[in-house]
Amino acid sequence: MTRHIQCRPIAKGIAEGSALVSQEPVTFFGGVDPETGTVIEKNHPLNGQSISGRVLVFPTGKGSTVGSYVLYRLARNGKAPKGMVCQDAEPIVAVGAIISGIPMVDRPEDYEFETGQWIHIDGEKGSITVE
Amino acid sequence: MYLTRAEEETLNGNAGYTKQKAMEILVALGKIYEADRLIPIASAQIAGVSYRSLGDSGTEWIESLAGDEVEVPTTLNPAGMDLGRWRDMGIPEDFAKRQLHIIKAYSDLGITPTCSCTPYLAGNLPSFGQHVAWSESSAVCYANSVIGARTNREGGPSALAAALIGKTPNYGYHLSENRQPTLQVYVRSKLKRGSDFAALGFWMGRRAKNRVPFVSGVHSARLEDLKQLGAAMASSGGVALYHVEGVTPESRAVQVEPNEKISFGSRELRETYESLTTAKSGWVDLVCFGCPHCSLEEIQRIAELVRGKKVTEGLRLWVFTSAVVRSRAEEKGFVQAIERAGGQVFSDTCMVVAPMRDLGVRRMAVNSAKAAFYGPTVPEVDIVFESLEDSVRMATGDD
Repeated sequence: MTRHIQCRPIAKGIAEGSALVSQEPVTFFGGVDPETGTVIEKNHPLNGQSISGRVLVFPTGKGSTVGSYVLYRLARNGKAPKGMVCQDAEPIVAVGAIISGIPMVDRPEDYEFETGQWIHIDGEKGSITVE
Repeated sequence: MYLTRAEEETLNGNAGYTKQKAMEILVALGKIYEADRLIPIASAQIAGVSYRSLGDSGTEWIESLAGDEVEVPTTLNPAGMDLGRWRDMGIPEDFAKRQLHIIKAYSDLGITPTCSCTPYLAGNLPSFGQHVAWSESSAVCYANSVIGARTNREGGPSALAAALIGKTPNYGYHLSENRQPTLQVYVRSKLKRGSDFAALGFWMGRRAKNRVPFVSGVHSARLEDLKQLGAAMASSGGVALYHVEGVTPESRAVQVEPNEKISFGSRELRETYESLTTAKSGWVDLVCFGCPHCSLEEIQRIAELVRGKKVTEGLRLWVFTSAVVRSRAEEKGFVQAIERAGGQVFSDTCMVVAPMRDLGVRRMAVNSAKAAFYGPTVPEVDIVFESLEDSVRMATGDD
């Protein structure tokens, strides 16, 4: 069954991939290794997992504004997520997505996702498709 | 958010890659904060300059924007070193090379490489009511509160985007309704020294978080006192705007109806001094001033205090300021007076963003609550928090 969800476009582009869902906010600066894409924040539910090549779904970002540059570095290293879905975008992640060319959307009308689902996001129109 | 036709075209790439990226950032922020439109700004001030905070990836992004220029006068935050006297600081060659590379990347975008957290003392001074996009948190606090200009606490990339477009999304502290006090603070202790204002600010920021404090009971304050007050509040909390009754320009115009009221007395003052000192014993290897960057008057005061004295052997006395203020202090002979006593005056950098541990600093005395707050985490040094006068006495060894 395919589900279509309306949302707000934040960073343009189209992406699809396997979802990696975090129940907790994600900190990029100090929380994700910019060389490997592995979550290194202690006690984070995704600790030890790689966000590289996934569609990362998380409530919001937090931490230092330098986090935007960590996303840029991940993208340059080919370790960035393919796309991002936030419940509510905040500037660090939104700016990071824009400067790195990572498609991103937020405020989906229905925020229910599970790790492993195949997700398609459209950062131009503002839509999500879950296979 | 409403965009004019010209803004739409920039967003679509008709004005080139650099302006397009900048416009995408502003539009995303406008969307997130539900701004109605973009408004023109008078100037910008960009954080994310020190190689320690920007790193190679940040540098790459700044370089990727080459090919276009900023639309408004724009200055930078302090760098990781004095851009000219870095060897005197003991900065390693490799760090210096990377730092100068960052400065060049910013300069190529038409940005003035004035690296200072007090742009208002170094040629970037907005007037009352003007909109600006600044990112250094203490300068944001000063611009909003003391000058009455209007700015949000921008991140490095968003301030750069605003500079490249000459506009910022209209939300937050740009709107009069968000400039009303939301916390009342009564000061019941006499504030005698600049560091007392720093202590008050630090105590207040912890409680205010990102609210707008209205301070009563402070009847006069110098520029230097307000600079310390705001810097402290913006580091222990997220304060971007405060009002001091009868002192700051908007204090007469705002409606004071906060539901929470707090008091700061001599006990709170003493406890804050104690909490800011992390060092267990009295020795320090560096006494430093200039967080935020020293004004000409502060440098004069230090020069007067060290006259006829010598900095104790094995100890350093460093003064940080902007290049503009340093050159004025040199004309006045203050720099030479400090140097005769064995101290040094550096520009473009400070003790929070320079690689202090690499420079052999383990424990420093500061008169700034902001430097005391970041000291143990960012440059990883122990702190003794004292007034300017007492700190100079520590350096010259006479108690």
